Amino acid sequence: MATEILMPALSPTMEEGTLAKWLVKEGDEVSSGDILAEIETDKATMEFEAVDEGTIGKILVEEGSEGVKVNTPIAVLLEEGESADDIESASSPAEPEPSSEAKEESAPAKAKSDDAPDIPKPDTSPDWPDGTEMKTMTVREAINTAMAEEMRNDETVFVMGEEVAEYQGAYKITQGLLDEFGGKRVIDTPITEHGFAGIGVGASWGGLRPIVEFMTWNFAMQAIDQIINSAAKTLYMSGGQMGSPIVFRGPNGAAARVGAQHSQDYAAWYAHVPGLKVVQPYSAADAKGLLKSAIRDPNPVIFLENEILYGKSFEVPVLDDFTIPFGKAKIWREGSDVTIVSFGIGMTYALEAAEKLAEDGVEAEVIDLRTLRPIDYDTVIASVMKTNRCVTVEEGFPVASIGNHITATLMERAFDYLDAPVINCTGKDVPMPYAANLEKLALTSTDEVLEAVNKVTYR
Amino acid sequence: MATRKSTKKPNVSADELKSYYRDMLLIRRFEEKAGQLYGMGLIGGFCHLYIGQEAVVVGLEAAAEEGDKRITTYRDHGHMLACGMDPKGVMAELTGREGGYSKGKGGSMHMFSTEKDFYGGHGIVGANVPLGAGLAFADKYLENNRVTFTYFGDGAANQGQVYETFNMAALWDLPVVFVIENNQYAMGTSQKRSTSTPDIYTRGEAFGIPGEAVDGMDVLAVKEAGEKAVAHCRDGKGPYILEIKTYRYRGHSMSDPAKYRTREEVQKMREEKDAIEHVRDLLLSGKHATEEDLKAIDKEIKGVVNDAAEFSKDSPEPAVEELWTDIYTDVAPQNA
Repeated sequence: MATEILMPALSPTMEEGTLAKWLVKEGDEVSSGDILAEIETDKATMEFEAVDEGTIGKILVEEGSEGVKVNTPIAVLLEEGESADDIESASSPAEPEPSSEAKEESAPAKAKSDDAPDIPKPDTSPDWPDGTEMKTMTVREAINTAMAEEMRNDETVFVMGEEVAEYQGAYKITQGLLDEFGGKRVIDTPITEHGFAGIGVGASWGGLRPIVEFMTWNFAMQAIDQIINSAAKTLYMSGGQMGSPIVFRGPNGAAARVGAQHSQDYAAWYAHVPGLKVVQPYSAADAKGLLKSAIRDPNPVIFLENEILYGKSFEVPVLDDFTIPFGKAKIWREGSDVTIVSFGIGMTYALEAAEKLAEDGVEAEVIDLRTLRPIDYDTVIASVMKTNRCVTVEEGFPVASIGNHITATLMERAFDYLDAPVINCTGKDVPMPYAANLEKLALTSTDEVLEAVNKVTYR
Repeated sequence: MATRKSTKKPNVSADELKSYYRDMLLIRRFEEKAGQLYGMGLIGGFCHLYIGQEAVVVGLEAAAEEGDKRITTYRDHGHMLACGMDPKGVMAELTGREGGYSKGKGGSMHMFSTEKDFYGGHGIVGANVPLGAGLAFADKYLENNRVTFTYFGDGAANQGQVYETFNMAALWDLPVVFVIENNQYAMGTSQKRSTSTPDIYTRGEAFGIPGEAVDGMDVLAVKEAGEKAVAHCRDGKGPYILEIKTYRYRGHSMSDPAKYRTREEVQKMREEKDAIEHVRDLLLSGKHATEEDLKAIDKEIKGVVNDAAEFSKDSPEPAVEELWTDIYTDVAPQNA
């Protein structure tokens, strides 16, 4: 049967083109790979090859024709034994393009927010039963214990990173792990973040549960392609076949006097990416319970610690198997006058400000988000519906911050409950300076939180 | 280009030789059909064809054992067909349909089959190299005695993470074969213009990784080199590099006018070095097959490819609900 040769699409964006030149004429025999014509696309002049063999029966579009739509028949190819007389019966219109018409119902994002309940339903269950025995522990010990417990539970869990084994951790987070678990499971890497992050992701596909430690999150920028393009997106790109059960962890944000390249909060960066889960604990109990959840999670988890918090002590429940679920915020302090939302080291400013406010008779409700993806919106919204005012606190840069996102969500879901604009306390929009006085100014502070609360409460 | 070892007698059976012919022909016909469907607008975006390089994957698959893994970059259709993935599922992924390996959500560059130990299909040049070493790391950790074939091109061989990976793979004796498919052009930049030394396989020397150059237009030479490399890895001796000198007949992608090389250069390669013609000659001259036998294979392949094309057109587009699935393994995405 005679086949029509159609105007080809020769680039991802081509809709029409110029048939610049025919290199064959009617009656010519062609075989697969022969150049039939030169076609000008929106980008370049391309040679158009024959796919099938046969005889050019008829040329339908003359050379020099401009604006020839893709899929227009431009010639007819005859098979052995056919003649040009058969052309009239040559079949069928061009294949309709299947994907060009966007379907009407393709707006699930909007549908989703419409479906979102107006009345928030926060999970107010306690993190551990009342009366549980408690033990004082630093954040450092909590993270170390969480890893050790999970490594005892699951042979496929291992930890790799710079100085994690023989040196016992640059910040002593992995202290003692080499002795207990040996060099097979506690692995010193060369200084090669891009490479070992990729090896970690590959290992997670091969049946292991890696914990990849970055000495600090600043160095993970060398590896961010592997974290996002390989770890976060593969489950989706594989249609659900292959997930990446991996934890990337290490200290994040400013420490003290280490300058611009070593002082940055990546919370908003990673919270931006679908496919990742993002955790930024404040207390030791949360660090332990959330890291254990992270190691068991079948998805890639970004675990953002803080060097200044490592040595801070908190009460941690003494329980055999203590985990905290993702997406559940913690109310540290109840109050009716203003909601302060924070996470990670920002909580130190939030709680200190709340203490001072209480002395003045202002009761702040302080919420620790704990996880930034997923975010517990319901707890925040329910609180703001009660207090009608909100201040957010974080150390990251101000543009496209977590606070910005919380604010936008409150506008969508609790606009009528707000009695004042939400204020975001953030780090300043500058690289971190070294000088002690400037560094202090570049970070947010308890005073800034107090000032913001005064503004939103019109005091 | 290494010269063909034409005088060498193939030490494979007639059936094996025929299966290589069949597998290479399947890739070529499949890719020609993909090019055709692209021209019809049924395949969108980027589409990188493997035509010309068929002997590389077919030769190495002949050296692989059950459970060995493979991972590659974006010119990946050939690897998928060679490891036994269903042409229908591959073609339907190219057309972005529900019946595709990734339910239409991955596309030409992003397909996976855990069943066939094919770990993608990766669009970031060089990024699959540490990923492949990571798969090998897992096999060593789990004591599986498996080998991972990590394919990348002469272009990717200039990415820094490749050398980070060479270092760790050698340091930790990972069972990984680094397969450099040198088709001489990194998109439009010839190897001469992009690469400081001509022999990429020697780049493992600094890390203590043995390497060799292989005639990639000779499937038997590829198989032989592959067997050697695999044995090295399986013996626990660490990684191995194969620089397989090959050639792609088509442009870098469908929208590449390929003005950086002459038509004559391409024609010469097709006429003098074609890997499929080579095996065809071996089959006929060795009286392992008749013209009729080969015609029957051609016909069978045509049928397989046409079925795949029909399937890829008939399979529906993914349901709109699929937009919101497979983002997390256990939970629905948050309704931000």
